[in-house]
Amino acid sequence: MNLLPFYLIVSAFMFFTGVIGVMTRRNAIIVFMSIELMLNSANLTFVAFSSFLGNVSGQVFVFFVMAVAAAEAAVGLAIIISIYRNKMTANIDEINILKW
Amino acid sequence: MEVILFAVFASIAVVSSVLVVTRRNPVIAALCLILNFGSLAGMYLLLSAQFIAVVQIIVYAGAIMVLFLFVLMLLRPDMERSFFRHDPLFKWAAIIVSVFTFLLLVYAIILTTFNAPILANHAKTIEIGTVEAIGKELFSNFLLPFEAIGFVLLSATVGAMLLSKKKLD
Amino acid sequence: MRNLIYLSVVFPLIGFLVNGLLGRKFKSEKVVGIIGSGAVGAAFLVVLAAFVETLRMPEEGRALIVTLFQWVKAGNLDVSIAYQIDQLSLVMGLVVTGVGFLIHIYSIGYMHGDKGFWRFFTYLNLFIFAMMNLVLADNFLLMFLGWEGVGLCSYLLIGFWYDRKFEKSTTSDAAKKAFVVNRIGDFGFLIGMFLIYLNFGSLNFTTVFAKAGVGNIPESTFTLIALCLFIGAAGKSAQIPLFVWLPDAMAGPTPVSALIHAATMVTAGVYLVARCSIIYASAPMALTVVAVIGLATAFFAATVGLVQTDIKKVLAYSTVSQLGYMFLAMGMGAFSAGIFHVVTHAFFKALLFLGAGSVIHGMHDEQDIRKYGNLKKYMPKTAKTFLIAAIAISGIPPFAGFFSKDEILWEAFSVGGFGFWIFGVITALFTAFYMFRLYFLTFEGKERFDSHHVHPHESPAVMTIPLMILAFLSIVGGFLGMPAIFVGEEGNLFGRWLAPIFKSAETKIFTGAEHSHLMEILLMAISVAGAALAIYFAKFVYLHKPEIAEKVSAKLKPIYTTLLNKYYVDEIYDAVVVNPIRLVSESFLWKITDVKLIDGLLNKSAALVDYLSGYIRKIQTGAVQFYAIIMMTGILAALFWIIKSL
Repeated sequence: MNLLPFYLIVSAFMFFTGVIGVMTRRNAIIVFMSIELMLNSANLTFVAFSSFLGNVSGQVFVFFVMAVAAAEAAVGLAIIISIYRNKMTANIDEINILKW
Repeated sequence: MEVILFAVFASIAVVSSVLVVTRRNPVIAALCLILNFGSLAGMYLLLSAQFIAVVQIIVYAGAIMVLFLFVLMLLRPDMERSFFRHDPLFKWAAIIVSVFTFLLLVYAIILTTFNAPILANHAKTIEIGTVEAIGKELFSNFLLPFEAIGFVLLSATVGAMLLSKKKLD
Repeated sequence: MRNLIYLSVVFPLIGFLVNGLLGRKFKSEKVVGIIGSGAVGAAFLVVLAAFVETLRMPEEGRALIVTLFQWVKAGNLDVSIAYQIDQLSLVMGLVVTGVGFLIHIYSIGYMHGDKGFWRFFTYLNLFIFAMMNLVLADNFLLMFLGWEGVGLCSYLLIGFWYDRKFEKSTTSDAAKKAFVVNRIGDFGFLIGMFLIYLNFGSLNFTTVFAKAGVGNIPESTFTLIALCLFIGAAGKSAQIPLFVWLPDAMAGPTPVSALIHAATMVTAGVYLVARCSIIYASAPMALTVVAVIGLATAFFAATVGLVQTDIKKVLAYSTVSQLGYMFLAMGMGAFSAGIFHVVTHAFFKALLFLGAGSVIHGMHDEQDIRKYGNLKKYMPKTAKTFLIAAIAISGIPPFAGFFSKDEILWEAFSVGGFGFWIFGVITALFTAFYMFRLYFLTFEGKERFDSHHVHPHESPAVMTIPLMILAFLSIVGGFLGMPAIFVGEEGNLFGRWLAPIFKSAETKIFTGAEHSHLMEILLMAISVAGAALAIYFAKFVYLHKPEIAEKVSAKLKPIYTTLLNKYYVDEIYDAVVVNPIRLVSESFLWKITDVKLIDGLLNKSAALVDYLSGYIRKIQTGAVQFYAIIMMTGILAALFWIIKSL
């Protein structure tokens, strides 16, 4: 049985939940987690295609995505900490200085 | 067997991902995310990508999630008072956009891959998922990106340290 | 040395750069002066060497083009920085660098102690650089570069003493006037250049003149080109109606008046006409215009010169008048006679100006000739050299002016007829009269200055030696171009030297009716006798019976005041041209077009942007998730676009 579409649908669903999380949650850390969710859904797609096409490049890409995700998480969390230190909150709807 | 295992892992992944974005307590959300990552690792194994599966556990479920939990511990954020944002227009806009995206993706997947033939034979697929195969690829065709990603990580390390210092001076 | 002719352009450039960049740092004036004069002297030696070398060569193949590098290449247009050696450019080059060198030397003495000493030499060297480009250029564009360059230097040097008063305004206003009037002329030159490129497809002299000589181009085109170029020439050489700037140009230091506004730059227009002789020869109507304008200018300026009281003003009008003579020669098709007059005029007019400078120097910047008198006693060298120059310009043989002026008058008679000749002779008489009026009032008669406060003194040797050299040249310069009736066709060295340049032009035009030698000698005698009479008259009026001058001027009051006010030309120009333009500029172009239309449009559009952005900026809520929704919507649209095409 060809499982490729199902892998992809699972991936799409994870991406969908990730998008909802990013757009609606107020806690910055959970927003970050949602982003990780989206990244992983992309990874799943990569690996699924890699395996079904018999091409190693997809898996190499996943490797790179993970490295970037790690870097992004480190920097992003550091930013959250410094914002928290200044504003005493991690709720992103209270942080709206990015305007005008 | 494969189908059953896939069904199990897939349902865990789907449910845990929903839980990540719906739990008010961030710690529980983080734990659900770990669960999600674990199920992804299982699916990677099913796709015979052993190396990626292992790295998934070590890097994501291990390193990154520990980082998240540490930050949660440091900040001790209160539980959110409400699940979604207050503004209903905002909420509905977000839901409509993401549902549309999801439906569009599913439509595209069904349209293109449902009846597509399986291209690779099983032996080949097993072969490419090994550490050896990926290592060869990384240090030959992808050498330059590999070096570059080293610099990305280095600058991320420096940046993270700089940002989390008490005073920027 | 012929291949190195470009050095004569490079040396002044080096002098300009060294003095211009470092001049302020040099402690002593000597260094600046030596660099400035040395650069021009070196250029003179280069041209001289090239000249001697050319002289030894056979007559064919004397022309040479030295190309330095390609300058402009666009489509068919191909212009190089290239210098041309031929008989005409060598003559002009010798005059420019030779007289220029003497004037540089003179300036060391004249400008002594001026706070802008280094600046002065910088400008002078830049001028020589530009002027050499003008005369040596092998194409119209490079010539135009020099043309504009000398105009710029003229502007800079007229306004050199920018903090001094000049007549009713300042020297800067005089400089601006010169610049603006010259621009009108330059405009004509530019249009002429465009027409040349349009019709000949090139700007190189060789190509253009070769094509012009073949002549499948209609005469009307030639006329148009010739007239456009003549507007340029009239602007640069101060001909009617663009002469008004030259008298005002006397606001500059006197060596500048000598170098730029008498000897070299103002003759650029004559040079242009001579260079394009083939074009003018193909357009008889344009030649007539040139001749008439030249004669009118000569006559008109001479009459104004009769009554001026400022020593430099007299000389300025005299220059305008002599330039008119040169254009008269050009218009008669006597190109080599015109160039010959350029050369001799450069000698004696530079000498006159330098002499006047010496007088002004000795009289502590007094320029009114009514306040001079008997200066011969105090500055004998200046007086003697000035006298030589005055004789030369009056046309008394055997001084230089006689030969060149007489050649022009003879050509005027034989080509143009009696009318041209008689006006030419009257102008010559006027010239002799006002020159000697100037001489007698300045150097002879009673002392009319306040001898308690003013102590006239002779100028230092650095100033008088150039005077003597120029005086020598004013005496002997004429022998280069002895009239054919005295020494035969071969004897006119100057004419023979230039003949190859004008050969093709002269075959195209009427060169005059046959007249007997007796006629020529008779005319010559008449003009000499007239000049002598005018000189004697001047002596009688201004030395023996000064009251006659007053009586005459009182009796002819209207004419006198008209002349004194230069026929009110400046006032007429102000009323007809300057003020209307100023009025339109101020009330319409400035207050309506500029302020209301352009500024208004700009301000209104800025206000519109301001108004709209007041609303649009509310999109910038600052809520990150709002941005995320917008971004997601965009991604959705892109996705939709991609999937639609599946």
